[in-house]
Amino acid sequence: MKDYITFLFRVWRLSFQGGWRFYSWMTVLTVLSLIGLRAWAVQVVDGLQTTGLTNQVSWGAYIANFTFLVGVAAAAVMLVIPAYIYKKEHMHEVVLFGEMMAIAVIVMCLLFVTVDLGHPDRFHHMIPPFGVFNFPGSILSWDVIVLNGYLLLNLHIVGYLLYCRYRRQAPTKRFYIPFVFLSIAWAVSIHTVTAFLYVGLAGRTYWHHPLVPSRFLASAFVAGPALMILTFQVIRRVTRFWIGDEPIFTLRMIMTVAMVINMFLLGCELFTEFYYPTQHAAAAQYLYFGLHGHSGLVPWIWTAIGLNTLGLGLLVAPVSRRIFGLNIACVASFIGIWTEKGMGLIIPGFVPTPLGQVVEYLPSLNETLVCLGIWAFGALLYSWMVHVAIPIMNGSLSAHPNFSPNPANPSETL
Amino acid sequence: MSDDSHHDVSPKTIEQVYKPLTRRTFLKGAAASMVGMAGLMAALKPLLELEKGEITLEGLLRKHYRELGPEELRKIIGLISEKTEREYGVRPNLHDRKPSEGVEFGYALNLSRCVGCRKCAHACLKENNQSRDDASDIEMSYIRVLEMNQGAINLETSTAYYNPTAVPQKDKYYMPVQCHQCRQSPCTKVCPVQATWQEKDGVVVVDYDWCIGCRYCMAACPYDARRFNYKKPTIPKQAINPNQGYLSNRIRPKGVVEKCTFCLHRTRDGKYPACLEVCPTGARVFGNLLDPDSEINYVLNNKRVYILKEDVGTLPRFYYFFDK
Repeated sequence: MKDYITFLFRVWRLSFQGGWRFYSWMTVLTVLSLIGLRAWAVQVVDGLQTTGLTNQVSWGAYIANFTFLVGVAAAAVMLVIPAYIYKKEHMHEVVLFGEMMAIAVIVMCLLFVTVDLGHPDRFHHMIPPFGVFNFPGSILSWDVIVLNGYLLLNLHIVGYLLYCRYRRQAPTKRFYIPFVFLSIAWAVSIHTVTAFLYVGLAGRTYWHHPLVPSRFLASAFVAGPALMILTFQVIRRVTRFWIGDEPIFTLRMIMTVAMVINMFLLGCELFTEFYYPTQHAAAAQYLYFGLHGHSGLVPWIWTAIGLNTLGLGLLVAPVSRRIFGLNIACVASFIGIWTEKGMGLIIPGFVPTPLGQVVEYLPSLNETLVCLGIWAFGALLYSWMVHVAIPIMNGSLSAHPNFSPNPANPSETL
Repeated sequence: MSDDSHHDVSPKTIEQVYKPLTRRTFLKGAAASMVGMAGLMAALKPLLELEKGEITLEGLLRKHYRELGPEELRKIIGLISEKTEREYGVRPNLHDRKPSEGVEFGYALNLSRCVGCRKCAHACLKENNQSRDDASDIEMSYIRVLEMNQGAINLETSTAYYNPTAVPQKDKYYMPVQCHQCRQSPCTKVCPVQATWQEKDGVVVVDYDWCIGCRYCMAACPYDARRFNYKKPTIPKQAINPNQGYLSNRIRPKGVVEKCTFCLHRTRDGKYPACLEVCPTGARVFGNLLDPDSEINYVLNNKRVYILKEDVGTLPRFYYFFDK
């Protein structure tokens, strides 16, 4: 116990030690987070009139970002599966980074849901025994369970493995392997349940079809690995932890397959909506071509389709066997999927309204600042975790510093 | 990227990673913490403008409506009345009429008669204590009147934003839509905290003190019947309707969802809903579905009845019918 407190204290101290690059990066992120916090405080005082939302379009940028990020969090499973099921050694080196990303991103998801609430002060109404939990009726109550469960699972796995590494002990398998396997199924569940949030609404024809969960997973397994590939390169450049090309190219393969499936499913969706258009295709009509003279999302969705097509093209072509080409593919796919799956999925659910009215939505400045703040906070959290984890992972910080570190294979116990 | 493998990744020694605490680093840390705290306070400063009494301990600990005993409810009614008086200058007659045995409300609207004057939508605003500052406040009315093109019942080509000099317009007919008080209500099913439910007389209500404002019910509703308080209602003293029901038209706080309750503070007292009373053409019929001799049952049994979005399976208690 005393050891553990020392460990926490050292991690705390470690959080504030770094070069000027580290300090400037963290300062920028902190300032952005505080700007977002302030924007949210304004929203709490004035109500959601500070957003661009209306009675017709009652969910917007917050829920769009939430939906996208649940996918990114779930994508950690794309490191866990190769590492633990296919026993790929090189994935073991990086799996902790994926799990840390899942933690940071789930926290972002929870923040996005919280800022969307009209009464965040009543958050405890969702938490038994203080509240009345509508389980199993409400899919949102399922989502609360799976998201928090996934957060706890990853916190446990990451925390336990790092602490063992710090103590130079081999981790006890039964303390983490069952949780690792549980987290695989759980990762799929978080994104499926999030998709069911929408699919379960029979009155919203744009969402009410069985392809949504499959597309959610496919696009998540593009966006998540894309972000990992980019961040892994940052980690190997600026920290004392070497990540080889192997995990990066394993992720490329995963991304490619997922992107092919995603685009195929998109094709199926477009065929269903437009080959024989019914009234149920009105939302798709609005999204892709505009409806009754309203076309706010048209440039948005075509940008997304352009970026995703570019991403797909680069991924299947030999050009992405080189890091530079791969990076372009990652940036294009990540932004493309964020665009399509965020606003491109949420807003057409409300336009036209179930009564056929077209009311367009544009996020307000205050709303955008809140979103920006949460993104910055997520980046801050992830940077902090990586920053304190690396000295533990590469052996420079340990409970027994006189012990000779073993840099040859820093991940052997992970 | 092979050139990068020269990048030094061997671990630093513990001394390099983990510098000892000196007076200098301590002072630097303290200064940085001060700046950080100042930033945090600046970010949270807008919260100081929260109105007094907006977030209270009593409010945070208040139980769900259906878990309140009669004594607790009486106390809360007193608190809410005081708050209304303090903020709006009128002490309301706030009551909580319970549903009666043997009553299930139903509503039918005669599409042959409706002329689209929107008197119902405006009466709804007044009856239910909603803001009437500018034209856009009509958005909060529980009734949307759609102007439909003759020849079909097609919502896609309808508009709620018609503005002619006189109604009815040639080649148009009108279809008011409000909460259908569904028997299979998607909105109550999705609420994560059971802040909305069906009462025994079929009315779907919201506990305004329990709703967390997630707006999932609004996404679930196929009739676009729910409204959200994006801002605090602003009503001048003389415009306030003092006859207020706990689960219906009492003045709502901002940040919660509300909806049509068939004016239960009136109808449970044997009166008609405000929208029915104001209708100049007598297009609206309201009554007890469980009473075989009621007018509503006469309409349902003898007229040509149309159910909006029957395919969604909501089994509404709101019906449309035609004369001819």
